[in-house]
Amino acid sequence: MPRREKKIVVIGGGLAGLSATMKICEFKVRVTLVSFQPVKRSHSVCAQGGINAAIDTKGEGDSPEIHFYDTVKGGDFLAHQPLARDMCHQGPAIIRLMDRMGVAFNRTAEGHLDFRRFGGTLYSRTAFAGATTGQQLVYALDEQVRRHERDGLVQKLEWHEYLGAVVDGAGVCRGAVVHDLRAGNILAIAADAVVLATGGPGQIYARSTNSTVCTGSAAASAYLQGAKYANGEFIQIHPTAIPGQDKLRLMSESARGEGGRIWVPRNPGDNRDPLKIPEEDRYYFLEENHPLFGNLVPRDVASREIHDVVYNRKLGVGGQPTVYLDLTHQPPEFLERRLGGIIDIYRKFTGQDPSRVPMKIFPAVHYSMGGLWVDYESDGHGMVDHRSPRNQMTSIPGLYAAGEVDYQYHGANRLGANSLLSCIYTGLLIGPGIVRYCDNLDKGRDAVPSSLFDRAKKEWDNRFAEIKRMNGRENPYALHRELGDLLLTNVLIVRENKKLLETLDGLDGIEARFKDIKCLDTSDWSNPTPSFINQLYNMIHLSRIITKGALLRDECRGAHYKPEFDLNQPDRFDPHEFIDYLEKKQYGPPREEDYPPGHLAYMRRFEANEEEWLKTTIAQYKNNGPEISYEAVDLSLVTPRPRKYD
Amino acid sequence: MTRETIALKIKRQDAPGAKPYWNVFKLPSLPHANVISCLQEIQRNPVTADGKTVTPVTWDCNCLEEVCGSCTMRINGRVRQACTALVDILEDPIVLEPMSKFPVVRDLQVDRSRMFENLRKIKGWIEIDGSYDIGEGPVFPEKIREKAYALSQCMTCGCCLEACPQFTLTNDFMGAATFSQVRYFNLHPTGAMNKEERLEAVMKSGGIADCGNAQVCVEVCPKKIPLTESIAEIGRETTLQLLKNLVLK
Repeated sequence: MPRREKKIVVIGGGLAGLSATMKICEFKVRVTLVSFQPVKRSHSVCAQGGINAAIDTKGEGDSPEIHFYDTVKGGDFLAHQPLARDMCHQGPAIIRLMDRMGVAFNRTAEGHLDFRRFGGTLYSRTAFAGATTGQQLVYALDEQVRRHERDGLVQKLEWHEYLGAVVDGAGVCRGAVVHDLRAGNILAIAADAVVLATGGPGQIYARSTNSTVCTGSAAASAYLQGAKYANGEFIQIHPTAIPGQDKLRLMSESARGEGGRIWVPRNPGDNRDPLKIPEEDRYYFLEENHPLFGNLVPRDVASREIHDVVYNRKLGVGGQPTVYLDLTHQPPEFLERRLGGIIDIYRKFTGQDPSRVPMKIFPAVHYSMGGLWVDYESDGHGMVDHRSPRNQMTSIPGLYAAGEVDYQYHGANRLGANSLLSCIYTGLLIGPGIVRYCDNLDKGRDAVPSSLFDRAKKEWDNRFAEIKRMNGRENPYALHRELGDLLLTNVLIVRENKKLLETLDGLDGIEARFKDIKCLDTSDWSNPTPSFINQLYNMIHLSRIITKGALLRDECRGAHYKPEFDLNQPDRFDPHEFIDYLEKKQYGPPREEDYPPGHLAYMRRFEANEEEWLKTTIAQYKNNGPEISYEAVDLSLVTPRPRKYD
Repeated sequence: MTRETIALKIKRQDAPGAKPYWNVFKLPSLPHANVISCLQEIQRNPVTADGKTVTPVTWDCNCLEEVCGSCTMRINGRVRQACTALVDILEDPIVLEPMSKFPVVRDLQVDRSRMFENLRKIKGWIEIDGSYDIGEGPVFPEKIREKAYALSQCMTCGCCLEACPQFTLTNDFMGAATFSQVRYFNLHPTGAMNKEERLEAVMKSGGIADCGNAQVCVEVCPKKIPLTESIAEIGRETTLQLLKNLVLK
């Protein structure tokens, strides 16, 4: 039987969208690639430090299994284990593929790929192209997609924005509604399946390390159409960024991977020139508090330490919420070759040279571990069945998600250099399954009545007409800033239930004021204002998911930290004690004297907490807000245990 | 130099072909401000210095850290990215204009699709067999990699073309960015397998022979890409190719 001719719409031209497009094209299936801007300008270009793959070129004994363990431990055991494991096992193949595509990865003396250290691991596992790895990976995939474009398999719709899915009466996604950001018109595209590769939601905080397109609007739109959103409360705060009015610019973790040290003057009020402060008067707090991992503790740990040093212990540089990230001990040529991109950014934005003076940095909102809930099929042997149509499918059949917009690889905290890996991995993983999904569909897109698309288009035409008629007193851009300030104040590194409750009220207030917005520009041609107002609406809903998820989760896990529920891990605790405890428990009640004082009580607290909270948060849109429920995490491979990096 | 207020003089245009006009805005000066944060401030309060409420200025941007190439415009007469244009070191008033060598879409937005089309013409990709895991890529020296990396940072921003006297709104000159990309792909061991096709692509009308050697491209490149070196090298290579064609074809 001849196969039906198929078409898939991919939304987003970052690493996930481009790799999905490339993979789908290899099955000779046509792709319409929708992007805000030329795909080459997608947010993935901001990724700096590198991409992880356990190739073990330095004889350290690294392996994909250790990478897997580091990843699930880094995520405080909230990631689905077969997925994380499969991703780590695919890492080496992905690096080799990107290398074959011509990515200018740094090389060793022999001409092989070089690897460097990154956070949350003790192995040199990160391949890198200077400090612009994301940019280089995007370009290589953009080039391959351009090649498929030449061959007629890819049609690009750049300067177009995704508004919503076209969903039929049976709840199946049959296409996408997109908005032409130049001409201003709205079109419904018929497709056999749709992929959302639309990135993270950093813009809900207004100022983050994210690009301006990272509003999370597409994910929120899917949620408003009934898709499940998972683990929303897990927002990664990157420890090292520099301040700005428009953006907080990332200073890559690779700065620490290449020897960068975090410190503050040991004595408050020590306002000496940092280069004049002798070693003994410097407090290298990450190294002192975490001797094993030092400056390369995972991001959640580093951000909390910086927060503590600056706000609780008042040791910030010059009394400001700032700490030093010091690279001045490394030779300038070394820094140029391995970190050139970020050295340049720091120089351009601060006027100072990091090879001569320590950088001044502070944590900033960076990444969302949570995102659209997606499915997967295990192969029954602790990995993923790569041909399954279920892989990466959201709870709306036919609507898929890949990259930062999905949720299930990084648990409660993502390790550095794992995001580029998960973006490319999920993009590639989607390919075989989605093509099979299209083949198995009851009917192709051409057999879907056109009235379905007409209706979807009409709904969005009406919505935009309504937005353009908004003539109240509120400025949408100013209201966005207020939304960001509200979340930055209350839903960040340290969370308190009282403040989270206030934030939910604050969000209600912002939603009420949203109705009083003035659409500042009602023209049709290249007018971003109505589009932004629609995004703002979606951002308000997404903020509710994050805040409510955080409010209800009464524990500390990865990036989600509530001091009130800290289990207070005793000093000198060894996580293996917990494994021992679980084993002994099978033979009767463990005895106090088998463990150092306080350890048994801690392990019991830990066990009870895991019992209650080691589960995926699911948000579903009901009654104008998120209804929260929980799902089990696939823990079939390694036993969750207390995290420790000392 | 710190000021209390700053003035922005912005050239605006409602649509392609519409008559341009100017708006002046006065804004409070804030620490770490750049041209982007000023444009964002105008969105929050779109009122000109003479008290007239206008539509917010439109511009393109994304990464805000000079890696995406999006926010390129002319600032005080010089083409550059708006994100790295720090207000404190710019002369007042800050004059913003769209790039002049690309069709204006609206206000500070221009259409640079010509640059991406050129990347297609020169086959700006490595011809891999497919995305399946068939092993490692070619082994090659770090020295070559460093050379390639310097070229691969081109973010298709268009600064070099805006500054180039040879590149105009209406001609078909490809320009430095494209020539440099030919060199980039030809440097890679696998890319070199299609070297001749790429050279042929820049030997046609609008190709390397039209370069007038003004050398301004390299001065405005935000990524300090050795564009004139690329032009010289591609010039040499195309001459060799021409001779080869004469003898062999």
